Amino acid sequence: MKALAAIFARELRLAARAKAEWLMPPLFFVIVVTVFSFGTKPNDPQLAAFAPAVLWVGALLAALLSLERLYRTDQEDGTLEQLLVSRTALSFAVFVKGLAHWLLSGLPIVLLAAPLGLMLGLAPPHLGPLVLGLALGTPCLSFIGGFVAALTVGLPRGGALLPVLVLPLIVPVVIFGAGSVRAAQQGLDAGAPLYFLAAILTLTLTLLPWLAAAALRNAFE
Amino acid sequence: MNWTWFHRLGSPPSFYRFAGRLAPWLGGFGLLLLAYGWYAGLVLAPPDYQQKDAFRIIYVHVPAAAVSLSLYVLMAVAGAVALIWRMKLAEAVMVATAPVGASFTALALVTGMLWGKPMWGAYWVWDARLTSELVLLFLYCGVIGLHAAFDDARAGARACALLAIVGLVNVPIVHFSVEWWNSLHQGSTVLKFGRPAISADMARPLYAGLLATYCLCAHAILRRAQNELLLRERNTRWVRELATELGGGARVS
Amino acid sequence: MSPEFWKMGGYALYVWGSFGIAAGIYLWNLIAPRLRRRAILETLLDDE
Repeated sequence: MKALAAIFARELRLAARAKAEWLMPPLFFVIVVTVFSFGTKPNDPQLAAFAPAVLWVGALLAALLSLERLYRTDQEDGTLEQLLVSRTALSFAVFVKGLAHWLLSGLPIVLLAAPLGLMLGLAPPHLGPLVLGLALGTPCLSFIGGFVAALTVGLPRGGALLPVLVLPLIVPVVIFGAGSVRAAQQGLDAGAPLYFLAAILTLTLTLLPWLAAAALRNAFE
Repeated sequence: MNWTWFHRLGSPPSFYRFAGRLAPWLGGFGLLLLAYGWYAGLVLAPPDYQQKDAFRIIYVHVPAAAVSLSLYVLMAVAGAVALIWRMKLAEAVMVATAPVGASFTALALVTGMLWGKPMWGAYWVWDARLTSELVLLFLYCGVIGLHAAFDDARAGARACALLAIVGLVNVPIVHFSVEWWNSLHQGSTVLKFGRPAISADMARPLYAGLLATYCLCAHAILRRAQNELLLRERNTRWVRELATELGGGARVS
Repeated sequence: MSPEFWKMGGYALYVWGSFGIAAGIYLWNLIAPRLRRRAILETLLDDE
């Protein structure tokens, strides 16, 4: 437990030192959403219909931006090897790293989503499903992406491979996440897709750290 | 139960010989059966009363779609075996399955589009089956790309195995989520086709085509697994002997 | 074969397109492993 707390603290301390690294994904998110609005005609009322998709794709791209670094820096400075030989269970260490990644890249996006949703013309009552969906969905992105980052750690072309491997795996997250907002827009119950998202989140939180640990061990054998 | 046959088959040289003996039969039988299936499907089977001659696409589309799913399951199961028992042969089979499966997934998608245009009026409809098939193609491509990125064949195969297993869980979730997604907007009734009992004249070529496709896939996978074993074991004695044996006859055929 | 057969009741493009692409995929699956095997064996012979 103490070791896990130390890993968590280390992640945050490293992030505090490299501010540009974790400020970049939220900024990227804001820019993607803004640029999309420029692609449509000014004050297009249809923009609200696309808002869920735009916000979710933006969140996804922003998460991808920071995922490649998740294990690469640890691998370069030897921390990863220390983790592998240490007595701490690797899957728990991976879990903590995923949590830290979500805190630094997922949470800011969840917080930014509401104002950006308003900018895209989303009605205030529909912000609830959007923010709740992102709160449930962005950890899925961090953990699924973390698993793929563990698979590609140390590969020279890992950076280009990562999005290709992550995207097919997060299709259901995007469907349910953006779907809950659209359901709310159509006056349907937004709860059902959110429950599905919660189910997917439970699945990813329990299974993927374990598989990511197996992938890391495999990479170092 | 006596497991020696299993262990013997698991060793690369004996699997190589076994595959070399089995593959030509599978390939020959598959080709003959496919020739019959296509001939019967294109010429002998009567046109469908609803879809006319366009229904004949079923004879390439359904086998491709069936094989694309089966091969993915095979790949994931072989991957699990490779991870749990560290069996080299399972790794080779898994790596060999990916390109074959990807090619048939692509075929299922393209024929599905060509069938969809005259029947539904659109090449592409975002329904659960088409979308799952597309995600399946992405997963196959991911496995192929991941394997190509590794220098070490064994580490690459095990990474692919992990990805394939996660993908196997993913596909039903995708299928279900797209079904839910489609239920959000009503009236996708274009897809509702009556499913009348298929007559024997129409069914026989379909079953022949299915069996033929499975045989030809098995053939391709055995051949590719042989290649994979040759590459991996290139510094062992049995491969060197095999290479000189084949090279002794001047050209490799 | 009669010209009617090749017309496929007006669906010629779709039916023959599907079967043509299918033939290509089946052939590729038969030939590609063979070519690769030849290439591998040649490099193995060159090594010696």
